[in-house]
Amino acid sequence: MLPQRVSIPPNSLSNKPVVGDADSKPDFPTAIDIDCFRAFYGSYQALHDISLAIPENRVTALIGPSGCGKTTLLRWINRMNDIVPTARAEGKMSLGELNVLAKSTDVVDLRRRVGIVFQKPNPFPKSIYDNVAYGPRLHLRMSRTELDELVEWSLRKAAVWDEVKDRLRKPALGLSGGQQQRVCIARTIATGPRVLLMDEPCSALDPISTSSIEDLIYELREQYTIVIVTHNMQQASRVSDMCAFFYQGRVIEFGTTDQIFTRPDQKQTEDYVTGKFG
Amino acid sequence: MTKHLDRDMERLHRDILSLSAMVEEMIDKAARALREGRLDLAEQVIEDDEKVDAMEVAIEEECLKMLALHHPVAVDLRRIATVIKVNNDLERIADLAVNVAQRAIGVGDYPRFKIPEGVAPMVTKVTGMVRIALDAFVNLDTDAARSVILNDDEVDQLNAELIGRLRLVMQSDSQLVAPALYCFSAIRHLERIADLATNIAEDAIYLVDGEIVRHRCITARTAK
Repeated sequence: MLPQRVSIPPNSLSNKPVVGDADSKPDFPTAIDIDCFRAFYGSYQALHDISLAIPENRVTALIGPSGCGKTTLLRWINRMNDIVPTARAEGKMSLGELNVLAKSTDVVDLRRRVGIVFQKPNPFPKSIYDNVAYGPRLHLRMSRTELDELVEWSLRKAAVWDEVKDRLRKPALGLSGGQQQRVCIARTIATGPRVLLMDEPCSALDPISTSSIEDLIYELREQYTIVIVTHNMQQASRVSDMCAFFYQGRVIEFGTTDQIFTRPDQKQTEDYVTGKFG
Repeated sequence: MTKHLDRDMERLHRDILSLSAMVEEMIDKAARALREGRLDLAEQVIEDDEKVDAMEVAIEEECLKMLALHHPVAVDLRRIATVIKVNNDLERIADLAVNVAQRAIGVGDYPRFKIPEGVAPMVTKVTGMVRIALDAFVNLDTDAARSVILNDDEVDQLNAELIGRLRLVMQSDSQLVAPALYCFSAIRHLERIADLATNIAEDAIYLVDGEIVRHRCITARTAK
């Protein structure tokens, strides 16, 4: 038997996340400011007083067991939950000066600024070109040449251009899973968002495609604020700069990824990242 | 996954405990060989070193395998990283015990030479430091680990005093220069063993607190 495990006082599920130590605090400006945020589905409270300052141009990973509220939070950042009739939220969530939760907020404009990539690649049943051009055609007025340039830029940025440049008019659904996911990322960045939300973007992909997406996340972090939900602890440790551990609708700990994976402050975080529960 | 890691971790823990016991015994035998002139014990220490070397390699391979296969994080990562370092320190301590044993054989050729009285308390101090450092590592006891770090200064002091005494012996009787040099060397090796016990104590603190305290000045006040 191993000696008794490190004794850290059990967390009392306090409302505020524990930010590891002085070194853990991000030095970057806040892109998404979340304060005392609560989310509900009908009478069920899915998130309790979440307060997070998501740094700009960095990758923030949301980790935690299934049902802990990670995806709920992610979907509120671009108001995807508006389509869920019972969903409502309280508290503060702002993107710069923009109040995300205000009824007056233009949701279409918000979604242009905050793109989302889902777990399963979901290209439209259209050509590769039309998938990427779909958003710009809706939001932007541009000439054919400008649109061509934007499609190429987006596909290059999503590291899939070389693989699809000779078949842009072919159906996107004919691509491999990894290619489809990168086309979806190209489609997302084509509208010029500042924030990219990724909900388990690699869970349906093979290791090589996963590696491509992870490389892409690394490249994109220079220009975008990325928030990624992942169940893959190794992926969270590889790709993210900051990490928030969620449990039962609360943020237990928020710190640098390095701190969360080497010396977490909270026992629950340690138990989760080491696979002791969850 | 967790069960596999736990199983490997338990085995690793048993292995490092066996190595610790073996190395502690070697220090004890080497010290007795020096103080009591027991050359049989010195020979045993030299023989045991091969087993320690083999075990050190096996433990390191096991650690590397666990890092590659389990991708440990947090306390599991700290434990494996600490075992790698403690394993290395134990192997170095065993080498130093062999050096002490060899010097004891050298001193044994000069029956006129008397081991200075200060050697016994130094041996007690050093063996105590190694034992407490290993206990601190096993029991995750940072207070005990800090006490080991504080003890290192006392060993340095004893070392300096003994070297002064040996210098006097060498100045007073040139026939005793050779055994005094053997003894001098053995004492230096004991002092190095204390340094390595300090390393183990520092690793124990890292294992528990995740904080690297190496190269920091730990005083009686800051230790509390």
